[in-house]
Amino acid sequence: MTRGVDLPNGGDRLEATWADPNGLYGWFTHVDHKSIGRRYLVTAFAFFLVGGVLAALMRLQLSRPDNTILGPDLYNQIFTTHGTTMMFLFAVPVMQGLGIYFVPLMVGARSIAFPRLVAFSYWMLLFGGVFLYASFLVGAGPDVGWFSYPPLAESLYTPSKRADVWAQLITFTEVGSLAVAVSLITTTLKLRAPGMTLNRIPIFVWAQLVTSFMVLFAMPAVMLASTALILDRLVGTHFFDVEHAGDALLWQHLFWFFGHPEVYIIFIPGTGIVSTIITTFSQRRMFGYLAVVLSLVSTAFMGFGLWVHHMFATGLPQLGESFFTAASIIIAIPTGTQVFCWIATMWSGRLSVRIPMLWILGFFTIFIAGGLTGVMLAAVPLNTQVHDTFFVVAHFHYVLIGGAVFPLFAAFYYWYPKITGRLLSERLGAWIFGLFFVGFNLTFFPMHILGLHGMPRRVYTYPASMGWGTLNLLASAGAALMACAVVLFVIDAVRELAADMAASPNPWNAGTLEWATSSPPPNSNFPRLPTVAGREPIWETPRDQPVIVGLRVDARDVLVTHVLDAEPDHRLLFPDPSIWPFLTAIAVTVLFIWSIFTPWGVVYGAVPVFVTMVGWFWPKSPNEGGTRLWPFAHRTLPRPHEAPAAGGAI
Amino acid sequence: MLSVCTVVFIAVLAALLVAVVRGTRRRSEEPSASPAERTITRYVGAAVGVTVVTLIALLAASVWTGRTVASLQASNAISIAITGHQWWWEIQYEDAIPSRRVLTANEIHIPINRPVVLKVTSRDVIHSFWVPNLQGKRDLIPGYTTALWMQASRAGAFRGQCAEFCGMQHAHMAFDVIVESDEEFAKWLDAMRQPGRDPLDPTGHKGRDVFMRARCGTCHSIRGSDAAAQAAPDLTHIASRSTLGAGSLPNTPDNLAAWIEDSQRVKPGNQMPPNPLAAEDLQALVAYLETLR
Repeated sequence: MTRGVDLPNGGDRLEATWADPNGLYGWFTHVDHKSIGRRYLVTAFAFFLVGGVLAALMRLQLSRPDNTILGPDLYNQIFTTHGTTMMFLFAVPVMQGLGIYFVPLMVGARSIAFPRLVAFSYWMLLFGGVFLYASFLVGAGPDVGWFSYPPLAESLYTPSKRADVWAQLITFTEVGSLAVAVSLITTTLKLRAPGMTLNRIPIFVWAQLVTSFMVLFAMPAVMLASTALILDRLVGTHFFDVEHAGDALLWQHLFWFFGHPEVYIIFIPGTGIVSTIITTFSQRRMFGYLAVVLSLVSTAFMGFGLWVHHMFATGLPQLGESFFTAASIIIAIPTGTQVFCWIATMWSGRLSVRIPMLWILGFFTIFIAGGLTGVMLAAVPLNTQVHDTFFVVAHFHYVLIGGAVFPLFAAFYYWYPKITGRLLSERLGAWIFGLFFVGFNLTFFPMHILGLHGMPRRVYTYPASMGWGTLNLLASAGAALMACAVVLFVIDAVRELAADMAASPNPWNAGTLEWATSSPPPNSNFPRLPTVAGREPIWETPRDQPVIVGLRVDARDVLVTHVLDAEPDHRLLFPDPSIWPFLTAIAVTVLFIWSIFTPWGVVYGAVPVFVTMVGWFWPKSPNEGGTRLWPFAHRTLPRPHEAPAAGGAI
Repeated sequence: MLSVCTVVFIAVLAALLVAVVRGTRRRSEEPSASPAERTITRYVGAAVGVTVVTLIALLAASVWTGRTVASLQASNAISIAITGHQWWWEIQYEDAIPSRRVLTANEIHIPINRPVVLKVTSRDVIHSFWVPNLQGKRDLIPGYTTALWMQASRAGAFRGQCAEFCGMQHAHMAFDVIVESDEEFAKWLDAMRQPGRDPLDPTGHKGRDVFMRARCGTCHSIRGSDAAAQAAPDLTHIASRSTLGAGSLPNTPDNLAAWIEDSQRVKPGNQMPPNPLAAEDLQALVAYLETLR
C-alpha cells in the first residue's frame, strides 16, 4: 500500500532525493539513518566478536589451576579490554544502532533527526574502538579494569599510558552515545507520523526514548570522572590523589552513578525488543501497554538511585546501606510487572514459536535467574560475602547476556529480513540457539558455585589446592560451545546475503510501521508517509485513513509533528550528505589522542575541530543547489510539481 | 533467600510454560477462545502484588540480618590493624603499651570464640580483606580507616585473600588466619613480641652478614638488628609463617631460596628485585632466616 510505484512521476524523484552518494568518497558522506544504522550494527557486532575472543582467552587461561598460558600482565589487559569492549563498544552501540535503524521507521519518519550528528557519532565509535585495539596490539591495552579505580589508575601506580587509553576511549564512546541519544529523543518526540499520539508509540520506541534520556543523565557522570582522572594523570590535579587531600571514593560514586544506570541502558532496549517480538508472535496487542511503558519509565528513574550497592564493601553507615538495599530490591517490581505482562500476552494470544521467539523464551529463563540473584545481591550481608567473586560474574552475565544478548539475537532474526530483504535459516537457527543456550548455562552456572566457594574475580590464576579446577574447566568447555554458536550465526548471516531477496515486506505479519514498507526499505523509508490510527498501525487500518500530501519530492522535506498528539506542525528541510562529519570526527580523534601525551594537544587540537565544524555548518546559497536557507518553519500548500495531491483512503 | 528465589524462579517459569502451551494451542482453535482481558488483568495484578509482598519481606530480613552482623557487644575484643600493600598484608596487634605491640605480615592468629576487631586501611591502592569462612569483605581504601569484626567458632587454618583488583599480582595476595585456643594464642603472641633471634652458629652469622650486605634491610626489618625498614613484610619471625609471598608458595627452605634468588619467576611484577647471590651466600642467608621463628 505504500510502494513507490503508485506515486505518479514522483516516486523515482523522491528516491533520488533521499539517496546517499555512491563511490568511495560518497561512502564517507552517508547520512541515511539506515546506512548508519547498518554500520553501527555491523561494527558493534564485530566488537562483540573481538570481545568474545578475549573472553575465550580468559577461559583458556582459567581452565586449569596455576596455568601459565597468559601472564598476569596480558591477562589484566585482556579482562579490562573485554569488559570495556562489551560495555562501551558493543552493548550500548548495538542497541543504539537498532534505534538508529528502526526508530525512524517505526514512527513513520523519512529520516532520523540530526542525521549528520548521527554520522559523526558513528565515526567516533569506530575511531574509538580502533584506537583501543591499536593500543592493545602495541602492548598499551588498559589493565586497570573496566571500572579503572584510582589510586590504581593514577600515574603513581600505572605510569604507562594504559589508563589514559581507557579514559579516552570512554570520552570517544560517550560523545558518540550522547549525540545518538539526542537524535533519538528528537526523532521520537518530533518526527512521529500523524496520529501516533504518545500512547500509540511502539514499546520498542518507548524503550529507546527512555534509554536515551538515561544516557543524557548517566554519561556526563563518567565523562566528568574520566576527565578528572586524565587531569590527575596529565596536569597533576589531585581529584583522587589521597596524598594530597584527594578522595579515592569520589571516583566510585561518580563511576557507579553512571555504571548502574548503564546496566539499564543496555537492558531496557532489550525489554523493548522482547515486547515487540512477543506482540508479533502472539498476534495480539501487548497486554498492559500502559503498565509496561510506566515500568520502563520508573525503572529509568529508580536506576539512578541504587549505585551504592556496588560499594557495599567500602564500609558504609547502616542507614545508607539499608536505603540502597531497599532501592535495589524495589526496582525488581517494575521488571516483574513487565514479565507478567509478557506472560499474559502470550497466554491470551495465538502464539507461534519461530526462531526469534526461541531466543525470547531463552531470555526468560536466563534473565529471571539473573534478576533473582540480583535481588540476593541487594542484601548487604550476602553482598559482602559474594561481592567481587565469580558469583557476581555469573550474576551479571545472566542479566546482561540474558537481558540484552538473547533479545538481540531475537532481534537479528526478527529484523534481518527487513534490513537485508532475506530470511535466515530456520533449521540452522534452532541449532544455533540450542548451542548458545546450553553453552551459556554451562559457562556461567558453575561460576555461581565457584563464587560461593570463594573464588575472587579478576585473578589470572588460582592454586590447585583450592579445588576450583573442575568447575572452571566446565565453564571453559561451555565457552567453546557458545563460540561455535556465534561462528555458525556469522556464517549463516553472511551466506544469506548472497541469496535472492525473498522476504516480503511483512514476513511475520507484524503490526508496527517498519513492516509497512518494502524489505529493505527504500531511501525515503516511505514513498508515501503513513498515518496512524492505533497502537499496531498495520493491524488497525480504518477504511477512511487520512493521507499526507504536500511534501516535496525534490528536496529532503520532513514532516515535523507535535510532541503529545503528533498533529502535523511544519515541514523542515533536512541536510544533504556531507563529508564534514567524517572530517570533524578525525579532528576530534586527533585532539583526544594528542591530549594523552600533552595538555597542549587540547589547545592546538581544537583548531582543526573548529575548522571542520565551520565546514560542517557552512550555509549554502540556493544558487548552489543549497536549500538550507529556506525558512525552517514554513507552512505552504502543495504546488503541482511537488507531490501528487492524492486523497481518500490508502 | 535462596529458597525464596528458587520458588519464584520455578513459579514464573511454570507460568511461562503454561502460557506458551496455551498460546500455541489457541493458534489452531477459534480466536474467540481468548480469556477476557479483565480476567488476565486480575491475574497479573495478583502476581505483582505477591511480588511486592515477597520483596518487602526479603528487604526486612536483609536489613535485620545486616544489623545483627554489624553490631558487636563485647569488651574482651582483640584489636588488629591491617594495612594493605601491593601485594601483601601488614598486620599489627594493637596494645596500650607500645613495646607489647606486634608487627607481622600475611598471617593472622586469633583465639577461638573471641571477637576480633579489625581496623583496616591501605598504604597504596584499594584492596579488600576477605576470609570467606569468617566474614564478609571490607575494602581497604587509602585515606580511610574502617573497622569490622569477626569471631571464629572453630579452630583451624582459614585462607583469606584480596578481593578488590589491585594490580598485577592481585591473584597472589592471600593470607592465613589461624584460629587456636586462648593458651596457644597467648604463647604465639608472646613469641611474636620477642626480637629476632641472634644467630648461634657461624653459618647463621654469615647469613646475617649477607642479609645486611645485600641491602635486604632497605625494605625489610628484623627487630633487634639494623634492618628496620617498613616497605616490605617484617621478617623478624619469618620462619614461623606457613607461606611465602602472601600465599604464593609454602614456606620451605628450598622455596625460600628460590624466592630470594628471583621472586619474579614465582610472582611476576612484585616489588622485590632478583638477588643474584653466590650459592654459599644464599645457603647461609636461608639458614639464618630459618632460625627466625
